[in-house]
Amino acid sequence: MHSPMEQFEIKRLLDFRIGSFDASYTNSALWMTIAVILATFVFVIGMRQKALVPGRLQGVAELGYEFIAGMVRDNVGNAGKQYFPFILTLFVFILFCNVLGLVPYSFTPTSHIIVTFAMALVVFLGVTAIGFIKHGVHFVSFFVPKGVPFVLLLLLVPIEIISYFVRPFSLSIRLFANMLAGHTMLKVFGGFVVMLGIWAGWAPLAFIIAFTGLELLIAFLQAYVFAILTCLYLNDAIHMSH
Amino acid sequence: MDAAAAKLIGAGLATIALAGVGVGIGNIFGSFVSGALRNPEAAPRVFGNVLLGFALTEAVALFALVIAFMILFVF
Repeated sequence: MHSPMEQFEIKRLLDFRIGSFDASYTNSALWMTIAVILATFVFVIGMRQKALVPGRLQGVAELGYEFIAGMVRDNVGNAGKQYFPFILTLFVFILFCNVLGLVPYSFTPTSHIIVTFAMALVVFLGVTAIGFIKHGVHFVSFFVPKGVPFVLLLLLVPIEIISYFVRPFSLSIRLFANMLAGHTMLKVFGGFVVMLGIWAGWAPLAFIIAFTGLELLIAFLQAYVFAILTCLYLNDAIHMSH
Repeated sequence: MDAAAAKLIGAGLATIALAGVGVGIGNIFGSFVSGALRNPEAAPRVFGNVLLGFALTEAVALFALVIAFMILFVF
């Protein structure tokens, strides 16, 4: 029987090397391409008609747009308007990668930590740069909570600094671990179905069906959490809430 | 002790984090239900926050899973 971890194996589809640098087109890249093409399809084809009463596809596109626009408005305020395209792109890309990963025999790019870490690092570096551009050197005072006695500051400032620099790791590990754990669990229970055979196999099968529904919710939820945490970090950098 | 045996024990110990996560998730939904019973009209408005809290708490369990995997497969 195959190992439940085998689904995360990266295979080279087209060998392509620049010097010693391996830039092969892998199955991960293939599914990312499919996600981008599908997302573009939904938004470009869906909005082509620009109907006042939206059809199905236009409804989906407008729903996604409104959802993220509302999230940015509520969490960052008007100052966040210029970062809205980035957050919408991030959300839609992660959502499509997650959901497409649930298709049997597909591959989930977001189940690899390097993919999610690259996204989280871009968010982290971008947000830090925005903080320094908006507030200059004054942004360093973000690490110093206001109205706290000096003795406590010795303890709190290192904690604040650590919790700030841990952000890209927690952001990326959250998404990657959710995808990894969900898919592994589905495959482990798939193994149970085969092992228990025709008489008792239906019990884990029923569990798999229910769990796939939960996985669909988690696929959406993790994209939502990634986007909303990006909004919260952005809000911290722009408004320096403490 | 054998290194392989120590690895298995370590991975098992890493799952102790689930105790805290269980308390956390139970607390989130328990508070939501009791709040929703007191004020049913406000319930739909906070459900988004409930799901966000659930996802953040669940992530802690998955951090433990990552540590268990690291102990088992990386070292």
